[in-house]
Amino acid sequence: MSSLIPTTDRWLSEARLSGDGTLRTEEMVLNIGPQHPATHGVLRVVVTLDGEKIVEAKPVIGYMHRGHEKLFEQRDFRQITNLCSRMDWLSGINNEIPASLAVERLMEIEVPRRATFLRVIMAEINRILNHLMFTGSFGLELGATTPVMYAFRERELLQSAMEMATGGRLHFGFIRPGGLKEDVPRGFVDLALRGIRQLQRAIPDYEDLLIGNEIFKARTVGVGLLDPDLAVEYGVSGPILRASGVPYDVRKAEPYLNYNEFDFNIPVGLHGDSFDRYWVLIQEMKESAKIVEQALMGLPSGSHIGQVPKRLTVPKGAIWAKAENPLGELGYYIVSDGDSRPYRMKARTPSFSNISVVPHMLRGAYVPDMVAVLGSMFFVVGDIDR
Amino acid sequence: MIAEILGNGYVQLGMKLGVLMILLPATLALGWVELKIGAHMQARMGPMYPGGFHGWAQTLADGIKFVLKENIIPKNADKSVFSMVPYVTMLGAALIYVVIPAGENLVIENLEVGVFYVLAASSIGVIGVLMAGWASANKYSMMGALRAAAQLIAYELPLVLAAAAVAMMAGSLSLVDIVEGQKQIVLAGFYIPFLPFQIIGFVIFLIAATAEMTRPPFDMPVAEAELITGAFTEYTGIRFAFSLFAAEYITMIGLSAFGATMFLGGYAPLHTALEFIPGIVWLLAKTGTILFLLIWIRWTFPRLREDQLQKFAWKVLIPLSLVNIFITGALKLTPWI
Repeated sequence: MSSLIPTTDRWLSEARLSGDGTLRTEEMVLNIGPQHPATHGVLRVVVTLDGEKIVEAKPVIGYMHRGHEKLFEQRDFRQITNLCSRMDWLSGINNEIPASLAVERLMEIEVPRRATFLRVIMAEINRILNHLMFTGSFGLELGATTPVMYAFRERELLQSAMEMATGGRLHFGFIRPGGLKEDVPRGFVDLALRGIRQLQRAIPDYEDLLIGNEIFKARTVGVGLLDPDLAVEYGVSGPILRASGVPYDVRKAEPYLNYNEFDFNIPVGLHGDSFDRYWVLIQEMKESAKIVEQALMGLPSGSHIGQVPKRLTVPKGAIWAKAENPLGELGYYIVSDGDSRPYRMKARTPSFSNISVVPHMLRGAYVPDMVAVLGSMFFVVGDIDR
Repeated sequence: MIAEILGNGYVQLGMKLGVLMILLPATLALGWVELKIGAHMQARMGPMYPGGFHGWAQTLADGIKFVLKENIIPKNADKSVFSMVPYVTMLGAALIYVVIPAGENLVIENLEVGVFYVLAASSIGVIGVLMAGWASANKYSMMGALRAAAQLIAYELPLVLAAAAVAMMAGSLSLVDIVEGQKQIVLAGFYIPFLPFQIIGFVIFLIAATAEMTRPPFDMPVAEAELITGAFTEYTGIRFAFSLFAAEYITMIGLSAFGATMFLGGYAPLHTALEFIPGIVWLLAKTGTILFLLIWIRWTFPRLREDQLQKFAWKVLIPLSLVNIFITGALKLTPWI
């Protein structure tokens, strides 16, 4: 006890004046995580505090390292997509897409149009599911318990649509090199459309509940400013980068699947603070809903999978395939030595780069700001550690 | 006759014990009501199974669970201080009820300084929070306790100033006199309480009381996303239940009853024709209204930051309550009050 809090005498004798003439107080090292409600997952942050002010923050990662990149080498090319969906567990379909894109490009498989459309639909529904989760949990971290419940209400219909098609609610394992595991069942289009309509009706509620709320603004506007140059230097991507004012989105910059056929915008923030990051998330949900609507309306008939050999042997070579994951740019570098298994598969996950910039954002902030910053950095620990 | 019976020492003792015995069941009931209201505000069902009807026994089951859990005292903790905390927080919460009148004579002690007494008693609880933070030998607890202390200092003042305006209106600090003062103005048979004249005061009271109870949006001392459970992080079992939940709910009912007495007319009926309904029913109904407001606020807003809270208290609430006192003084000069 005595070592924690100094006695008055000791304190007075040790008290020094800092540069600006104010009384300098002892700094305290506080270990936050790996089990702590603010880090939703097993992220650990070691912060040095001066009162409630953060002098230095150091994120410590690796508590959920499962060795995905090594595991990829033990799986054949059909199995790796199933493993991919376990990296960022909130957006399984989005993780699977670049992996199968890489295999398809190496093997030069043509994907049927229907499969491409369905991939877009599912990727965007998955993006909405992910964004709903983060908009909800961000409110929760700031002490508002209602947004997360509303978000889960809207998730339910879309989640059911995904479950109807894939059989899974979290790990879908639906994308295969060449197309999809199977065609979507009858009724999927209606259910997905219903989910999208419900979401479009509900988004104004979210905006009323948080974006228009004075307390929410006080907690987030100007908090956790991320400079666009710094963000680019650290390889930050996704909604966090766009909130800082950099309009980079793989879907527009280097369109994959058939994103160039749809009409959608890239919402861009002005200041790069926590509020902008939340705002971008809400706007992206609207845009994703627009894409899903267009794709569902124009869904062509046809086969769900292209001409794929029974045994996938990928010709010798290396390829880099990337896609816009809900949290940022996700890419895989696959090296094949002509076998049915990758020789090496490297994953570039968005959360890893995004979280590496956090120490810069936390310096000088208060402890409650730390929650606002971490909550608005939208990371999944499985995506950081892999 | 009634006054004589109520004045009897034994009857008085019985009343005091009765109030104390009602407090814990009231806590459980309020806990359940809050769970249900919060759930319905969030498009959920809330507890549905324990006890049968809409999960009425949920908080009772929670209470039993707390009693059965192990009472852990951390190795480095200051043991005596650590275990004294539940008594202190509960004491501060329970003392409020002594002066809340449920009728002209139905009050445990009609203190001349009732308003002052309630405000003093309700701030005892924070000593318990400080003790908990100090004794736990935990950095999170200490930070939570210091936040609670800073918050109390900031919000006690607007609370006192809001109450002072009401005392000016009634010309007395006794809660019975304050209620009787609210029976003076009768419009078409309706008793007009102080609320329409003290609308600023009422809003200040609601905000300051929420901060004093450390309920959202002013729950920084227990902000679970930052400090886990603040000062009570190391508490388990029945000590946790008493020092956090029971104290919070008892204070909440107490301050709501105080607010109902001060602004909504307490035990006074709404209309002269409704005099036959006993005062305690009116008091409970008015207390319930304020409780509902508090629950509504809790489930709607995010949490403020500590420095923003201080700014809000010193730069907005205190000047506003001074203006309110000035307005009240001006009102007293008019012939209607």
